[in-house]
This record gives sequence, C-alpha cells and structure tokens, in this order.
Amino acid sequence: MNAQAALFYLFAAILVFAALRVVTSRNPVHSALWLVLAFFTAAAHWLMLRAEFLAIALVLVYVGAVMVLFLFVVMMLDVNFDSLRAQFRSYIPVGATVGVLVLLEMALVLLGSYLEPVTVPPSVAVPGGNTRALGTVLYTDYVYPFEIAAVVLLVAIIAAIALTHRKRRETRYQDPGAQVKVRAKDRLRLVDVPSEKREGQA
Amino acid sequence: MAFLSTAPTLSHYLVLGAILFAISMAGIFLNRKNVIILLMAIELMLLAVNMNFIAFSSFLDDMGGQVFVFFILTVAAAESAIGLAILVLLFRNVGSIDVEDLDRLRG
Repeated sequence: MNAQAALFYLFAAILVFAALRVVTSRNPVHSALWLVLAFFTAAAHWLMLRAEFLAIALVLVYVGAVMVLFLFVVMMLDVNFDSLRAQFRSYIPVGATVGVLVLLEMALVLLGSYLEPVTVPPSVAVPGGNTRALGTVLYTDYVYPFEIAAVVLLVAIIAAIALTHRKRRETRYQDPGAQVKVRAKDRLRLVDVPSEKREGQA
Repeated sequence: MAFLSTAPTLSHYLVLGAILFAISMAGIFLNRKNVIILLMAIELMLLAVNMNFIAFSSFLDDMGGQVFVFFILTVAAAESAIGLAILVLLFRNVGSIDVEDLDRLRG
C-alpha cells in the first residue's frame, strides 16, 4: 500500500465532499465554512505536488482573507436565505444534467490521451526549495506580469473602498480647517452693560 | 485495493480537477438565485483550474504553471473583493441579493 496514494484518495474524498456541501448547503455560512475545508484539503494536495509556497499562500490568502470577507458579508447582510432557496429542488435536474455533461466531456478528453501515466515526477528536491524556485522565475521572467498583478490589487483595494464607503448623515464630524480658521471675534461678543448701583452702597 | 498500490499520476489530479469543476458548474445552476453562493462556486471553479495547473507544473517539472497559479490567486482575490463590494452595494440599494430582482434596466 502506497502512503502517497492513500493520502491522495483521503484528501480527494474530503475535497469532493466539501465541494458538494458548498453548493448544496442550506445556510450560506455553512457553505463558506465548507469552502474553507475545501481550500485546506486543496492545499494539502498542493503540498503533495511539492508546491509548498502556493499551498501556504492558499491557506493564508484564501482561508485567512477571502473567506473571512465572505463570512463577514454573509453575516452583515440581513437576507432571508430561505426565500432564495425556494425553487432549489426544481433546479436539481438541470444542474445535475449540466454537471454530468461537463464531467463526461472532460472524461472524453482525459480518456483519449491522459489516462496512462505520462511522466513520473522527479523526486529530487530543488535546492533552496519551492519558494526559491518560484521567486527566481517570478522576479526575472515574469516581473512585468508581477507588477501588473500589484496594480490589479491596488485597483481592487480602491474600488472596494470607493464602492462601499458612504457618508453617514447622523454622524457629526470635526472640520479641522474651520477650527483653525476661526477668530476670536467670530465666537466672542463683548456687550457693554452699564453697571448698577446697589442699594446700601454709596 | 489495487488502486492504492501506485502513487497518484497526473491523470488522478486531472480527474479530481474535472470533478471539482463539474461540481461547481452544477452548483452555479443549483443556486442561481443566491449571488453569494454563485461567487463561492466561482472560487471553487478557480480552485479546480489551479489544481490542474499545479499538477501539470509538478509532473512536467516546469515552474511556469505555478507562476500562473500565483497570478490566478491574485486576480481571484481582487475579483472576490470587488464582487462582494458590489454585492453589499446591491443589497443596500435593492434590499435583496436575488438575481431575479435585478431587473431595473428593464423598462
């Protein structure tokens, strides 16, 4: 019995089950959590394929940031999710048909050429590890796409803030410019009051 | 248990990616009213594609596939951030995330 094969089937089973639960679960919070499990098992697969950097990046970026964003949005929106699932059962036939069709098409493609073992992966480790190998390629051959990816992320940050930011009318803000510009005569008025003589005093 | 005796080959990973893609494709049809689950199904699809890229990269011993996965992860993170921002905006303005309610451009 091959340990690698056993791990592959274990993680593949968890991954497929989690993916099925993502699309069929009743509560979107559960869907998001099943998706987290799917990402974790996919990261395990990537570790077995010796893509360690991307496996860690998947856990950090997806589980740590994107799925937290999903959960945040799901919990923030006050949506009646049951009404969104009202016709779920009526969609099952067409959904299953499309899924089986896609699977059949891919099986036809794969069975034609790839179901014999193509190459055996080299078992020698890269000196310096996967991260070094990836970084070497990323910062030399792919440096312009890398910078474009940085710009894409910047655009995403600005767009997300610009879309969702709103001024609340009921909140009071300080205006530092107005605070600095103010002069004493704008705030203070001296009134000339004639003093009275109190009785008994002379 | 003969299938457990040999290490997983490239086709194992390709079949796994195909199954994942088919599941998320079916999920898009099953949850066609709920935009949040649609976004999650798209994330799952990208995961299936990334699985293929990494399998090819590992078995053909070429780093290019992993670089592509890196860029796909970047763009997918940007996509989900903007998608969720639009979703929040949609809910604020329409009061629903049902795809069927998005008919404001219809006269």
